[in-house]
Amino acid sequence: MAAGTVMGAMTMATADEIAAEDFSAVVTKHRLQIFRFLLSSTRDVDLAETLTQDCFLKAHRNWASFRGESSTMTWLMRIAINLQKDHWRNRRMQFWRQTQTHSVDLDEASEWLPSGERSVEQKLLARERVGQVAKVVEKLSKRQRTVFLLRYVEEMELSEIAQATGLSLGTVKAHLSRAVARVRVEVGEKR
Amino acid sequence: MKFKNKADEGCEVSESDDGLNPELLEALRDFRLSVCAWSEAAMNRPRAVVEVGRRWSWQLATALTLGCVLIAGGVSGGVYRHFHWQRTAGWVQKQETKIAETHAVEPERQAVAQRNQQTHEEEEDLLAKVDSDVSRQVPAAMEPLAQLMAEDESR
Repeated sequence: MAAGTVMGAMTMATADEIAAEDFSAVVTKHRLQIFRFLLSSTRDVDLAETLTQDCFLKAHRNWASFRGESSTMTWLMRIAINLQKDHWRNRRMQFWRQTQTHSVDLDEASEWLPSGERSVEQKLLARERVGQVAKVVEKLSKRQRTVFLLRYVEEMELSEIAQATGLSLGTVKAHLSRAVARVRVEVGEKR
Repeated sequence: MKFKNKADEGCEVSESDDGLNPELLEALRDFRLSVCAWSEAAMNRPRAVVEVGRRWSWQLATALTLGCVLIAGGVSGGVYRHFHWQRTAGWVQKQETKIAETHAVEPERQAVAQRNQQTHEEEEDLLAKVDSDVSRQVPAAMEPLAQLMAEDESR
C-alpha cells in the first residue's frame, strides 16, 4: 500500500516534470511566432512582449487541460488573439491610464527588409511595397487584419485560422478576400 | 496554397499558388520578410529595464504633481472661501452694529436738540423782556431838553 503510494507520488512528479519539459519546449518553439504575430498586429514592441508573456503564462496555467484538439500553435494563437482583444477593450475603457502609444512608425517597420541579393533599385522598390502593404494592413478592421496576418505572415491554413479566431471558415475566407482586395488596390494603384 | 515554412523553419517564404498575381505575391513576401526581420531584431534587442522604470517614475511623478496641485488648489480655495466668508460676516456684523448704534443714539440726539431749542427760546424771551424793561425806564431822548425849555418858559 505504502509502496503503491510512493510509486504514485513518483509517477505524478515525473508526469509534472515531463509536462514542464514539454511546455518549455513549446515556449522555445512558438515564442517567436506568437511575438511576431502580436508585433505585426500592434506595432508596439513593449506591448507585444507583454502580451506574449501573458499568452504563455495563460497557456502554462491551462497546459494540463489542453487536450490537443487543435495544434499547439493554433491553441496558443487563440490565446494570443483573445489577449489582444482584451487589451483593446481595456484600453478603450481606460484611455486615461496611458495617453501615449508606443507603436512604431510604418516607415520604420519597413526598414527591416533584409537586403538579400538585390540591387539598390530593387531594395527601394521592395521597401516602398512593404510600406504600402503595411499602411493597408493598418487601415484594415481588427478582424480582417488578424486573418490577413495569420495567413500571409504566419502562413497558417484557413482551417487553422478559423480555429484560432473562433470564426467559421466562410467568414475567414470573406475577411481574407476583402483584405487582399484592399491590398491589391493599394499596391496596384501605386504602380 | 501550400506553405512549407512554419515558425521553427525560419522566415523564408515558399512559392504560392493562391490565385494572386506575381506582383502582389512579391509585395506580400517582402512584407512577411520585413515583419520577420523586425520581430527577430525586437526579440533579440537588449532589454531596457531602466527605461521602463524611468517611464513609470515619470508617470508617477506627473500623477503626484497633478495630485499635489489639485490638493493645494482645493485647500487654498477652501481657506480663501473661509476667510472671505469671515470677512463678509465681520463687515455685515459691523454694519449691523453701526445701524443699531445709530438707532440707539437718535432719541438722545433728538432730546438734546429739543433741549437746546428750548433753552434758546427761553434766552430769547428773557432778552426780549430785559429790552422792554430797559426801554420803559430810559426817558425819551429829547425829554430833558424839553423839560428845560418848559421851565424857562414858565419863568
